[in-house]
Amino acid sequence: MKDIENASQRAATRLAEAAAREGLLDVAYGFADSPFGRLMVAVTPRGLVRLDYPDRDVDLSLRELAAEVSPRILEAPSATDDIRRELEEYFVGKRKRFTVRVDMSPLHGFRRKVLEQTARIPFGSVTTYSEVAAAAGSPRGMRAAGNALGSNPVPIVVPCHRVLRSGGALGGYTGGLDRKVTLLTLEGVLEG
Amino acid sequence: MGEEARLPPHLPARDGRRGTRAERGQRPASIPPFQSFLDEHRTLVYRFLVGAVGPNEADDCFQETFLAAMRAYPNLRHADNLRGWILAIATRKAIDAARARNKRAEPVADVTELLVGQAGPASDAESEALGGWIDEPLWNDILELPPMQRVALVHRVLLDRPYAELAAAMGSSVDSARANVYQALKKLREAWTNRERH
Repeated sequence: MKDIENASQRAATRLAEAAAREGLLDVAYGFADSPFGRLMVAVTPRGLVRLDYPDRDVDLSLRELAAEVSPRILEAPSATDDIRRELEEYFVGKRKRFTVRVDMSPLHGFRRKVLEQTARIPFGSVTTYSEVAAAAGSPRGMRAAGNALGSNPVPIVVPCHRVLRSGGALGGYTGGLDRKVTLLTLEGVLEG
Repeated sequence: MGEEARLPPHLPARDGRRGTRAERGQRPASIPPFQSFLDEHRTLVYRFLVGAVGPNEADDCFQETFLAAMRAYPNLRHADNLRGWILAIATRKAIDAARARNKRAEPVADVTELLVGQAGPASDAESEALGGWIDEPLWNDILELPPMQRVALVHRVLLDRPYAELAAAMGSSVDSARANVYQALKKLREAWTNRERH
């Protein structure tokens, strides 16, 4: 049965496609299933800009994106198909490298350099906070590197879980240490 | 003419030198994510458009309304009265569409159900009030009204908006908004009376 609420819902869903066609959709978001629950993924025309674990408040994230990137944000699952497929493959062990690009444009300075260096750490290997800090151009910036990794807007894809403390201790993880262990186990670094 | 030139109340003059907020180093205004804005107002806008342009054209007008809003959205200076802003855009789209249609006939089969049968919980009183008098012949009469009168009537009677808001949405004076509603009701009454005589 037709009614206004449903009709407006359908019309609103179609809006995302029209907006994308006209180049008006600056940020599109959708949700990906994972062993951790539903991940929120947001993309811009330049690439993946946000990946949130389920315990992160979606509204808050969207408000941050509105301020940092653009308020032209719509839920548009089809625009996130690539990253959702790659994540799915990664979690079942069929993918070792993400090919989706990451949009680093909202990031600046040392934080950005740290995350760029982190993005180069290959599947199955790990490095340390001090090595990442050095690669980012500040050998003594371990603590700042740790902060940068702790505020990684695209965990998993920019693999901050592959950065450990010198001496082999796991260090921290914003998404929770359990998740770091799960990811490193999936990648064969830790024994299952 | 672009949408921006037609949307004076919220938009800054675009002198091309100011750049984006980030470039100006200002703290960004808290404009809500477009999805939240859309979710909050889509039903109201859709309901308005079904009344103002009929169910067949409501969908196209809805898309045009929100695309226009999206075009202008990053340049909004503040988020005050976004409801008034989107209704003003919808009003212009409705008037444009009504003028373009130029009074061609259109079927109105399920308008009554759309507007009255399924009104949201917040508008029970309104749908009850409307339910008593909206029927197909009357809807035909409404769709026959001149665009400004029809849009004014929908704002006033269906959405129950005060004349000041109605005037703002239509870009007219309060007096002319009042006059449009008056003329619309007068014509409907005449059409109704004529029908009853036959």
